Amino acid sequence: MSSKKRKKLTPIQQQYQDFAHAREPKRPILRNCFRAFLVGGIISTMGQGLMWFFMTYFNFDEKTAGNPTVAVLIFISILFTSLGFYDHIAQWAGAGTAVPVTGFANTIASAALEHKSEGYVLGVGGNMFKLAGPVIVYGVFSAFAVATVVVIIKMLGGV
Amino acid sequence: MLQGQQSWLFENKPVIIGSASIGGPFEAQGNLAADFDLLHDDLWLGQDSYEKAEKKLLEQACETAIKKAGVKKEDIQVFLSGDLINQIISSSFTARTLGIPYFGLYGACSSSMEGLTLASLMVDSRFAKLALAATSSHNAASEKQYRYPTEYGAQKPPTAQWTVTGAGAVVVAQQGQGPRVTSATIGRVVDMGLSDPFNMGAAMAPAAVDTLEAHFRDLNVSAADYDLIATGDLGKIGYRIAADLLAKHGIDIPEEKLTDCGMLIYKDTQPVLAGGSGCACAATTTYGHFFKRMRKGELKKILVVATGALLSPMSYQQKETIPCIAHAVAIEM
Repeated sequence: MSSKKRKKLTPIQQQYQDFAHAREPKRPILRNCFRAFLVGGIISTMGQGLMWFFMTYFNFDEKTAGNPTVAVLIFISILFTSLGFYDHIAQWAGAGTAVPVTGFANTIASAALEHKSEGYVLGVGGNMFKLAGPVIVYGVFSAFAVATVVVIIKMLGGV
Repeated sequence: MLQGQQSWLFENKPVIIGSASIGGPFEAQGNLAADFDLLHDDLWLGQDSYEKAEKKLLEQACETAIKKAGVKKEDIQVFLSGDLINQIISSSFTARTLGIPYFGLYGACSSSMEGLTLASLMVDSRFAKLALAATSSHNAASEKQYRYPTEYGAQKPPTAQWTVTGAGAVVVAQQGQGPRVTSATIGRVVDMGLSDPFNMGAAMAPAAVDTLEAHFRDLNVSAADYDLIATGDLGKIGYRIAADLLAKHGIDIPEEKLTDCGMLIYKDTQPVLAGGSGCACAATTTYGHFFKRMRKGELKKILVVATGALLSPMSYQQKETIPCIAHAVAIEM
């Protein structure tokens, strides 16, 4: 807990939290890192294999092969989400499934599935980007900020 | 009759003449599967939403309890119920189906004992001849309500708990055969400044300890007066903390007497992390498992301390801490 948050607590609360904290199992960080590395690595290797496949057997080059590769990974992720076992893999793999594009697809598909009971417009449409929304908002915003900086530097005759 | 500051002694000892506990597919694989009245193999219960499935669980629990009590629903004067869905719709919609005069309750996962306490009060004071108290929770519906979509792949920490899918109901009467409610202690809201919704056991443990202390003090009893003292849904971690905290406060409860419904309901092999939680956790374990043991004669006097975390998804996002409560009810056979 941050020291700022801790300051707001009364001495009794602080004392209890230390007492409770000593009895809580810690998140197994080392194990989680290993699993994330393993699963994330497998997904990325699969992606590399797919890219190679699209470049060898179809008319794609290194730049364009990314699109069909991502599409296939997204499809697999959504399929696993719909069949109900993506979340079980994720509980085991942690960041390994969350960080690659599969995690992003899962956030959208799971929210859409969850809110289907409220209808296609207000339910699926309104909630689909509930979890993915922040990623898009801040992704677009940071791209804009970085692009602005680049444009300014170029205008000033920089690198 | 009021005893001390926050405990009630029921002089006429209201009788639980009918009880029911209904569970879902995950509970059917659990430790207490044999003690449920009805278990469903479908999380949807044939409905088109999880919320509707939860309402159905609650309706079935009420109908089963009424049937087992051998009374007609028209003979019941009051229905008390609470659940975890926004605006407690599971309870209110069940009340619509039953047509019994109704009070909706919200005590989060302490709703089971909150309902039983109030039902006993009404029967004991003769404001009702028969009262029905019920509660329900549904794993997927509460995940949707409080956390993320059910199929979302987020890793939960080892302190997280698994919401029980199920419902429990009891019919309380002035006389008859069955377990009797002898006393109850109303909990105070205790907030130790914890704010992690994936660590409810640690947040709720002090509330359980506070209520237990009050119960022993107000009614001048001790652990020796009970065969079993069960907390509602502290889970493994909350149980450890509560047990150590009780010892620290000088309250002696032998470990074999102190248990937790969240630890009993599932098998160790089930992936429930710290244990079970939810309104139905204390309700189904008490109304199913404990009552069965009482009828068998294994237990004579029990004390159930149902614990509840009174947070909302919004309060958590606004960085509020988690206020917790626990209500205790003493039941004897």
